[in-house]
Amino acid sequence: MTLIHIKINGESVTVAAHSSVAAALAGRPNRLSVGETAPRAAFCGMGVCFECRVTIDGQSQQRACQVLVREGMEILCDA
Amino acid sequence: MRELATELAIVGAGPAGLAAAEIALRHGMPVCLIDDNPAPGGQIWRGGQAGAAMAGHPKLRLLTATRVVAAPAPNCLLLESADGASQLSYHRLLLANGARERLLPFPGWTLPGVTGAGGLQALVKSGLDVRGKKVIIAGSGPLLLATALSLKAAGAQVIQLAEQASLASVSRFALHLWHWPGKLTQALMLGWQLQQVPYAMNTHVRAALGNDRLQAVRLRRGDEEIELACDWLAVGYGLLPNLELARALGCKTHHGVVEVDHVMRTSRRDVFAAGELTGIGGVDKAQLEGRIAGLLIIGEYDRAVALAKRRRRWLRFAAALEQHFSLQPAIAQLASADTVVCRCEDVRFGRLAKCGSWREAKLHTRCGMGPCQGRLCGAACETLFGWQNAGSRPPVFPARLDTLAGNPSTAEVT
Amino acid sequence: MNRHCEVLIIGAGIVGCALAESLARNGLAVTILEAGVIGGGCTAAGMGHLVALDGSPAEWALSLAGVQRWQVRAHALPAAAEYRECGTLWLASSAAEMNEAERKAALYTNYGVSCQLLTAEALYQHEPELAPGLAGGLLVQDEAVMYPPAACQWLLERAQAMGAQLLRGRAQRLEQDGVRLEDGRCLRARQIVVAAGNQSRQLLPELPLQPRKGQLVITERYPGKIHHQLVELGYLQSAHGNAGESVAFNVQPRATGQLLIGSSRQFADTGLADEIDWPLLQKMLARAFHYLPGLRSLQAIRTWAGFRPATPDKLPLLGPLAGHPGVWLATGHEGLGVTTALSSAELLSSLMIGLPPSIDPRPFDPNRFSNANTPICPHALEDALT
Repeated sequence: MTLIHIKINGESVTVAAHSSVAAALAGRPNRLSVGETAPRAAFCGMGVCFECRVTIDGQSQQRACQVLVREGMEILCDA
Repeated sequence: MRELATELAIVGAGPAGLAAAEIALRHGMPVCLIDDNPAPGGQIWRGGQAGAAMAGHPKLRLLTATRVVAAPAPNCLLLESADGASQLSYHRLLLANGARERLLPFPGWTLPGVTGAGGLQALVKSGLDVRGKKVIIAGSGPLLLATALSLKAAGAQVIQLAEQASLASVSRFALHLWHWPGKLTQALMLGWQLQQVPYAMNTHVRAALGNDRLQAVRLRRGDEEIELACDWLAVGYGLLPNLELARALGCKTHHGVVEVDHVMRTSRRDVFAAGELTGIGGVDKAQLEGRIAGLLIIGEYDRAVALAKRRRRWLRFAAALEQHFSLQPAIAQLASADTVVCRCEDVRFGRLAKCGSWREAKLHTRCGMGPCQGRLCGAACETLFGWQNAGSRPPVFPARLDTLAGNPSTAEVT
Repeated sequence: MNRHCEVLIIGAGIVGCALAESLARNGLAVTILEAGVIGGGCTAAGMGHLVALDGSPAEWALSLAGVQRWQVRAHALPAAAEYRECGTLWLASSAAEMNEAERKAALYTNYGVSCQLLTAEALYQHEPELAPGLAGGLLVQDEAVMYPPAACQWLLERAQAMGAQLLRGRAQRLEQDGVRLEDGRCLRARQIVVAAGNQSRQLLPELPLQPRKGQLVITERYPGKIHHQLVELGYLQSAHGNAGESVAFNVQPRATGQLLIGSSRQFADTGLADEIDWPLLQKMLARAFHYLPGLRSLQAIRTWAGFRPATPDKLPLLGPLAGHPGVWLATGHEGLGVTTALSSAELLSSLMIGLPPSIDPRPFDPNRFSNANTPICPHALEDALT
């Protein structure tokens, strides 16, 4: 299995190639909700609900479930 | 912005879109195949090798991880991907952009660790590690079984499968399956492979429990309630067609599906629809409809009509699905006053219950005003309150402002 | 069913609700008729910028009074009204526009409104995201933005607390001393106020109203990106010109952190179809990028179109309608209905009750475009003007 090295909030993580960013996040909260600032994580898994939004390589508002990991990718969560 | 042109644009590279693309390419027709997902295959073949045979075909332009954001002019789509924006002009358009899950609110459903049923399956197919994790799968419909199988294959421990429909209803559905032998075989295989998984009918999730993450699930089975500790809860109440793009194009919809004639023509000239968009019926119906549309588009009208005759039995299957897995009234009453219904804007059930329509809810509570554009809460409100959600405003998906601003510069032709 | 009331207001938009509140406070028995969502028409479609505009002396008087009335009541508004005193920052892109900023500054100062002329350097300190090359600006500190449907709902609830009644139904036609509803009911009232925005013409086809379409774009949340309502000084030419189509740079920081981007104007000859006109939207966005290049990479969530009820001279129709005894108008506010809701309500309720209005009502006389000009409310008027 090919492994890919990425960073999540500055922390080095190794994941299988062809994983999505949401899979790499493995259920960890990626943002805080707007009203109550409660933790949220990937929910629909198919690009519909926008719960899994993260900043990827400086681009904000990316849906983690629809983006595949790339070597050296830097992911920032808000939660 | 790139300017692209093609003969046939297909939105959605799932079973329907791929089937149509194959026919068109074999005929020598240039095809542009667009999909929001990172690879072709749709939800059902996510993470697999679908479409591999077609990849590299000289007449195919495959645009994955690409969203259709608007239809700014006749026979023209505005697309966005990580590489930027493009404007695609086409002669014919096939909509095959499938379905999403019906996801309904219940207390605790916003906790990390709670996902859709197909949602968790999609995450696992995308590489989520669930080895040794305790999973509960709940909701309604055959997709729950497919999810359970994926989870089991990935090393998860599926400790409970909960179907809200009654045993009588599910049994009647199973008894009808002999009409569709392929489906029967599939069901028997599933049953065999899932024989160690407790499968309870007439059972639904009352609440997900936990502070910052899911810890346990409260299930209601008939009159009794039980709590089970788990790592993941996957809940989905069947599928709903993704109608946003069809509506943006002005295609007529009826009872939540895109209206098509017997050969998959929508109410709009040059626009066709196939697959889950025309009614939730699964992969066989989708592939068949993709082929019918493909044949019609390459001018093989008679062959399309001949094939269309086989569509009826899959329409009956779709109707059986809808009938036997219809929601019990309790499912629409799970949310309490402080349950969040609109996850984007944190709008709670209690505030929505005071509104009289979807539009009033939008204007006076912000429900549906977030980035999902009402995809989840609009469908939830339809189930909870009976509100009709006639459609959303452009863009079809949130998009960069410079994508919307357009200004095509370079031209490429497929 | 027959219902009797002293005043029947047709339309629960922000103007109708403000009027209901004003009349109810004066002890009148008010009924307000609405078929759709409260504040769901023009009130919901606009930006919610509370701004004084000086296209004409009358517009200045009504809009300045409107801004000031909202300021006084801001503390009482519910949080959902998202009132935010972000100020208006008028942007000058040339020396000529800087002269215009100076002229405006003198006007504000003359009326005791605090404002501040900004050099280019000061402008970029206030708004670092602005494109380089601007000449300066004029900051009007006390102006605000808000979310009009929530403010409208609040006004309605205030009116209801003072006895006003909300009635659900759609007016079909005006009759002698009353209104016939689509469902056949007839409502009797001594006075009827048509405050139905563009739909007023369905009741009174002769009204000099023309829908003027506008389009807006709203983004995801980007708190702190900009701090003031930014408007190019060329905005007035767009708002007051009679060009078939025009765009002007106008961006607003919402209380949510979202950016609301305008503005466009076009006369809607094709009825009230609210589809997006893409070429015009794209022109509007190009204009916005010209002033705020950082907008390009932001995510847009939604676009929409609405229709301003426009009159030929850009002033609302406020007052009694000649030839229709007992019928009053409160419509035609173009893009200033939210700003001037409270001042319009105050003006019209004064006329209706027979109190001296604090603003000269003559420029708003609904009959001003016809030759058969009939004098209005003589007793109140003379008090006001002497």
